[in-house]
Amino acid sequence: MHTTDEILAAIAETVHEIAGPDIHEVQPDKSFADDLDADSLAMVEITVALEERLGVAISDAEAKNLVTVGDAVAWISAAQTGVAA
Amino acid sequence: MSGRRVAVTGLGATTPLGGDAESSWSALLAGKSGVRLLEEEWAQELPVRIAAPAAVDPGDVLDRAAARRLDRATRLAAVAAREAWADAGAPDTDPVRLGVVVSSALGGVTSLLGAYDTLRAKGPRRVSPVTVPMLMLNGAAAHLAMTYGARAGAHAPASACASGAEAIGQAARMIRAGDADVVIAGGCEAAVHPLFLSAFAAMTALSGREDDPAAASRPFDRDRDGFVLGEGAGIVVLESAEHAERRGARVHAYLDGVGTTADAHHIAQPEPDGRDVARRSDWPWRTPD
Repeated sequence: MHTTDEILAAIAETVHEIAGPDIHEVQPDKSFADDLDADSLAMVEITVALEERLGVAISDAEAKNLVTVGDAVAWISAAQTGVAA
Repeated sequence: MSGRRVAVTGLGATTPLGGDAESSWSALLAGKSGVRLLEEEWAQELPVRIAAPAAVDPGDVLDRAAARRLDRATRLAAVAAREAWADAGAPDTDPVRLGVVVSSALGGVTSLLGAYDTLRAKGPRRVSPVTVPMLMLNGAAAHLAMTYGARAGAHAPASACASGAEAIGQAARMIRAGDADVVIAGGCEAAVHPLFLSAFAAMTALSGREDDPAAASRPFDRDRDGFVLGEGAGIVVLESAEHAERRGARVHAYLDGVGTTADAHHIAQPEPDGRDVARRSDWPWRTPD
């Protein structure tokens, strides 16, 4: 189990590593595509990296719904407790 | 149509001798060699352990996030193109009149091999979504076209060791035919990897002069024993002479002829009588002024 802060930190580091923006720019209200330079290919890489890092399975269909960093934090947080559908 | 004269207005390189054209050229004139004994652990079991790695790691001089999506050969091309473009004065060019012809013998082979290692070790889900653009032979041409907004065409002629030279020839032809005013052209290669050292050694193509790596590469020498696998990139900016003149560009040289043949003889040996080299009738295109 990871706290939401830990999940946010993991996403920030992953987005920084793959798409380039500074870690502090990766905030919950930011859109991966519009604010953080993450195109569709980067999103595939980010998703797979987060699966490995956080131990959750994110389907491609689900990944398409994760528009903002906050969406991803909420979804991963719920998924690890088995709440996410 | 006599065709338009082709000027060379930009030069860029990153080589085993230096991270730019100037340092590479100075080191060459000083008689320095970029060839060294590979002391890395991965090389110790190889039949040939000498090579000429790039002097400056392109990852050290490119934006990190952008570089991780590029094969090493494309990274080298990006470094050399940046220098060549700046040397040309970053010509303000209509995008549909700007082309790219940059190629390589082997393309993104180290990315291909790395992706296959990942597939075998971790499964298909872990294969990077940028694997194909990294490994494709036209990866460098495509990357440079996007970087400089070149819309007149982005080509990668594949002809083994002649790929970079043929790219420059094709670029000159584009300008001469009126298909572009400015073309970024050249070659890049990055295959200093155990597979290619083994494979070229299996062809008996590589010099085995481990006791004197600096003297191993000696084309045309009576005592030559093979070539040395190296890496790097060399890029020129070619431009129609009118275009260069109109913007007051400094011209390094004119490219007044290009000849291309295939001797259709053997995959590794040139035809002994060399008659196809002499067969070209369009060299030079015109007598230089």
